[in-house]
Order: sequence, then C-alpha cells, then structure tokens
Amino acid sequence: MDFGPHLFLAILEGAVTAAVISLTAVGLSLVFGIMRVVNVAHGEFFMLGAVVAWWIATSIGIHPALGFTAALIIAPIAVGAIAALSDRLVLSRLEYDPERTIVATIGLLYVFQQATLMTFGPDARPVEPPFNHRLAIPWIEISESGLNLTWPWGLATTSYKLFVIGAACIIVAALWVFLQRTRFGLIMRATQLDREMATAFGIPVRRVYSVVFALGAALAALGAVLIVPVQQAHYLMGGDPLLLSFIAVIIGGLGSLPGTILAGVIIGMSDGIISVFFSPTLAKILATLLVALVLIFRPQGLLGRAP
Amino acid sequence: MSQFTKNYVLPTRRNALKLLSGGGLALAASSTMPGVTRFAQAQSSEPIRIGFQIHRTGIGAAYGRWYDRTTQAAVKRMNDAGGINGRMVEIIAEDDGTDPKRGAEVVEKFATQQQCDVAFGTLFSHVVIGSAPRAGELKIPYFVVSEGHHVASGILNRYTLQPGITDVKSQVEAMAPFVSTNLGKKVAMIYPDFAFGHDHRDYFTAALAKNGGEVIAQIAIPPTETSFTKYFPKIPQQTEVLYHVMVGPAVLTFVKELGEFFGSNHPEIFGFIDSLEAVDIQSPGLEFLEGTYFWEGNPRYVQNNQTSHDKMYRTAVGVDESGASVSDSRDISTYAHMFGCWETLNIIKAGMEMSDYQGPQHRSRLIEAVEDMTDIPLSDDHPQGAKIFNGKTHQVFGHQYISKVENGRMVLAHTTSIEDTFYPDETDYTTQPF
Repeated sequence: MDFGPHLFLAILEGAVTAAVISLTAVGLSLVFGIMRVVNVAHGEFFMLGAVVAWWIATSIGIHPALGFTAALIIAPIAVGAIAALSDRLVLSRLEYDPERTIVATIGLLYVFQQATLMTFGPDARPVEPPFNHRLAIPWIEISESGLNLTWPWGLATTSYKLFVIGAACIIVAALWVFLQRTRFGLIMRATQLDREMATAFGIPVRRVYSVVFALGAALAALGAVLIVPVQQAHYLMGGDPLLLSFIAVIIGGLGSLPGTILAGVIIGMSDGIISVFFSPTLAKILATLLVALVLIFRPQGLLGRAP
Repeated sequence: MSQFTKNYVLPTRRNALKLLSGGGLALAASSTMPGVTRFAQAQSSEPIRIGFQIHRTGIGAAYGRWYDRTTQAAVKRMNDAGGINGRMVEIIAEDDGTDPKRGAEVVEKFATQQQCDVAFGTLFSHVVIGSAPRAGELKIPYFVVSEGHHVASGILNRYTLQPGITDVKSQVEAMAPFVSTNLGKKVAMIYPDFAFGHDHRDYFTAALAKNGGEVIAQIAIPPTETSFTKYFPKIPQQTEVLYHVMVGPAVLTFVKELGEFFGSNHPEIFGFIDSLEAVDIQSPGLEFLEGTYFWEGNPRYVQNNQTSHDKMYRTAVGVDESGASVSDSRDISTYAHMFGCWETLNIIKAGMEMSDYQGPQHRSRLIEAVEDMTDIPLSDDHPQGAKIFNGKTHQVFGHQYISKVENGRMVLAHTTSIEDTFYPDETDYTTQPF
C-alpha cells in the first residue's frame, strides 16, 4: 500500500481506538479525581458493558438497530447501578481509604470477571451493528496529466466506525457541559476541590461519591457498547482498556479531564499509526515509554496542575 | 466521618504512583497464589482413569467445549461396549485455562493426586509444549490432540504421543501443491504469533517454495488480538493468494474485518478453518468468503460421499448436517479438530488391549504398543479417514480435505492422499529410555 493511503487508514483506525480509550479513561479519571480511588476494576465495568449489550441485543432481537439502541441506553445504566451498589457495599465501608480500596477493587475485578465467566460463558459473542456499510475512500494522486482520483486497494472504513468516532466526541462534549454547566456538575467539582468544605456546605458527599463511581463505570460501559459491534463481547476483554486508561490518565494529568482526553487521543492515534506501520507490540512499548518520560519531565502530566 | 474527611489532599503523582504500584503488587501476588488443592482421593482399582486436560476457559474455550462433548461421547460408546480390558473408563476433566503453566500443573495433578492411568486431551500448542516435559518427568503417557509439529519435531519426549490428529507440517505439505497449482504463486500469509502459527509460517513457506511458489509477506498477529484492520495494509499489492489461519476468541472479527478491508476486490483466499472454527460461516459480513477455499481436518458440512462412519460419529457427538449442535443451531462445532479426541481415545483403548494394560506399572508397555501401530483403517473408531501412525516420531498421518464455499456451505473440493502429507522423520523417540 502506498504511504499516503496507508497513513490515512492508520489514522482512521487510530481514531476509533482513541474514541474508546478517551471515554473509558475519562471515567477512570473522574473516579480518581473526585474520590481518590484507584479503580482497578474499571476494565471489568467496560467488559460488563459489552456483555450486557450482547444480552440486550440478543433478547430484543427484532432488528439490530433496535437492539443496539436499547443496549446503548440500558447497558450504561445497568453497569452504573452495579457500580453504585459496589460503592455502597464495599468502598464506602472502607471509608474510601486509598490503599484498601485498591485491594477491594482488585477483588471486585475478580468477582465481576468470574461471575461473567460462570453466567455468560467463556466464548466471544458478536453484537450486530445497527448499520454497517463499507466505504471505499478515494485518493487524489498528482501525476503528469494533473490530479487523478484513484481508489486504492484496501483504503476503506465502515460507516459504523465513523459513527463510533462521532458518538464518542458527542458524549465527551455532553459530559463537559454536564460538569461545567449543571448544578450537579458544580457539586462534583466542589467535592473534588475541597471535600471538607463541601461537607460543611451540606453536600451529601457520600451520595456524590456513589453517583461519581456509577458515572465512571457508565462511561466505560458506553465505550464498550460502542466498540462491541466492531469487536466482540468476551469475559477477558477488560485488560487492555484498563491498561490504556491508566496510561492515558497518567500522561494527561491525574484528575484533569481535558488532559485525559488529550492523552487518550494521543495514545489511541499513536497505537493505530505505529501498529499499522510497525507492530502493535511496539505501540504498547512506546506508550509505556511515553508514561516514563512524562513522569520524569512533566510529573503533573500534560495538563495537570503542579502539586 | 473523621477519618473520611481528614486526609484531604489534591491528587499528586507521587501518591498516585504509590497507589498504582501497590495495586500492581497486590495483583501480582494474587496471580501467583497456588491453586487450592481439593482432591485427595484414594485410588480406585476398578475403572481406567483418563485425565482430560481441557480448555474450559481462556482463548481456547470454544474448542474445549467440543473436545469435551466428543470425549464424553467416545467414552460412553466405549463403556456401552464393555470398556477397556473389561474395566469401565472414567474421564477426570480439569481446566487448563488455555495456559501452559496451568497445563503443567494439571498434568502433575493427574499423575500424583488423581491416580490417572494416562493424560489426554489438549489442543493449543503452547499448552502442550508447556505440559509435556512434566508428563515426561512423572512418566505418565500424555496423548495430545494438538496439530502442532512439536511432537514429530523431536522437542518433546517418549511419553508424549499424537496418534489422533495430523500435524501442521504434514497438513501444509499437502496444501502447498494445491495452492500453487490452482490459486497462485505469490502468497501472503497471516498467522497467529505463537508456536502453532510459527509452524504454519516455517513449513508452508518451505513447502510452497518446493512447489514453485513464493511467500511474499508473513504477517504475525497475537492470538489475543481483538482488532485486525491495522495488520492488513501489510498485504502486498501483488499478492495472488491470501493464506490465513487465526485462532482465539476474536476469529469472527478477524474474518469480518478482512472482508471490510478488501470489499469485492480481493485476491484468491485460502484459509485454514481454524479462522472460523466454532463460527457460523453464514454470519453477517462473511459473504465475501463465497468461492474461497478452506482446509478442513474433517468436513463440517455433510458431503455427498458421507461414510456410514461419519454418520454414526456425527450422531454420537450431537452434530447436525451443517456442523452445528443438534440442540442449538447457533452452537457451531469445531468439527475439523474434535474428531481427534474420538480417535485418540480409541487408540488408547487399542493400545491398552494390545499391551494387556492393568495399571500404571504397565505404562511403558502401553507406549510400546502404540509405537508398534502402523495402519489405522477407516472405521467407526476412526471416522475421519484411514491413517498411518509413525511410531518413531509419535505422529499420525492422514487425509486432508479442501473445501470451497458455495452458497454459504463448505463443499469438499479435494481430498489429499496420506502420502501427500509425508515428510522425512526428524526424530526417533523409541531410542529414548523410559
């Protein structure tokens, strides 16, 4: 494949990865920024989102679009509810102690993963996309006779992949409006800035925490519902999103949402581009190296505030 | 509430790193904890105990489910006919998680705790390669159904045998002439990046060169990968034949994305059915496979020349004419591989009868009896076809099937002879002492 079309395809693939990582990482960042909980089970909320989406899509089963739309609404709510319940039953009992919540979320990771294995089973299961058309992409070549329109072999994407990119942008924008422009967003930001003062002003901090934990999990689930028609639902699928989200959160600056999104885009795009031109393993190596460099030269992250 | 409010700080990198590394340590600790041992049964002298190492979980789970059903069906048939040497056969199944480390532990458990007579079963080559040394150390016969070339290559030991399924090297030896004669000379290969895939890479490349063709690209993909489009631009423009073999839970995504990449304008495609094992070939997005070719270890769809043996076997394992479970048409079998369990168990039975096997003290006699086998005729015990066993390399050789996708079904297009699959011996396990 020629360099130009090759790079373009790499960018398209990278954008899909970036969209999903950004959504998932924003969820992780919210939970860490506001609650100071390192949620090791975050990848499992992603996986639960995909599995619930499969379950909804197959039980409705009239038309793929209907099943998918239902999954897009119900799965994040269901996963959010599971997360809120975990918060009430486990995290709040530990008084959100940073060390103990890590161990607790590792426990949750195994509980969710094994419960899924016992019910959903070990197989990967597909969800049909609501629509999926192969879109061949034309390429403009400059030759002696002027500009030529060509259709390079393999330069194509699908309408659904473009939808994933668009939907992720809309969701992130909506989240930003929610945090900046609504009363509940204000309460969340107040809780993040000064927990004690927020309590003094009568903000029910524990309830806020439950909502934040649910929201973080719901964002991961949303990312999973978007990607599951491209990939498949599988009980072990939570590992990669967890790792990439942690990387994005550290590079972007802990608790900084714009930084996390920026880092998600950088990691996703570089993963796509480096994977296409070199190898996926090298992409992971470079992402980890980037984490190390950021920690050495800009410890607060790209957009984080210095401590 | 006091503890809850007193520790207020803005999140800092140092704190976060402490937390993250703490989490990492705890994870590492939890994954190295030894499995809780539950079994301490006394040996029962009555039944013959066959330890069945099975991929119940992990990336091989779809194969595991059908290996289990095939094994249960084969043992039921055996026991209904009076068992082995008058003793009933009992299967002791244990999940290996499609993980080499766990695989070795499972073999150890069979030998030391469960008092199994032999170990049997698993498919994925890295699990076999990880488990076989332990089987050799514990001197328990280990009958694998794995396809990899690792048995015949000589890297394992005298206790490991593969009498029920052919190996990749012999399969690709027989495929290369078909590919170069009928499809094209310039081949791009896509294969999983572990032992099994490396066998394809090494032996198909060599076999194709012998037949006047050339492999112009070798594209390795990790078996745990979930998205594939990023690998496809490496397929060179001048490719005449795309050769694909993929394993793992995401095989359907792999083939779908292959179709999305090429659209209607694709080179000739030759795949190993591993890329679609346990997947319905009529799934949406797979229409582009029409007219392409697949290697099949055993044809998934009932063919015009179906033997009475395949009919009996298909009924016994509960598979319908399209290769799906008779109780759930969405549950597609791993028909091209699972016959290996049926046939291996019948080899174990024949070996135990020939050696008058009475207990673990006769394990070496059992191995010698199997090593003495040569011709294995087509029969109800061996429904996939006649085979020839090579006692020196511990590897069986047999017919290979090539099917063409026509109207969404795989129709047999070519059957190779057993001789097509031969290659010179690379080892002689019979020279190793027990």
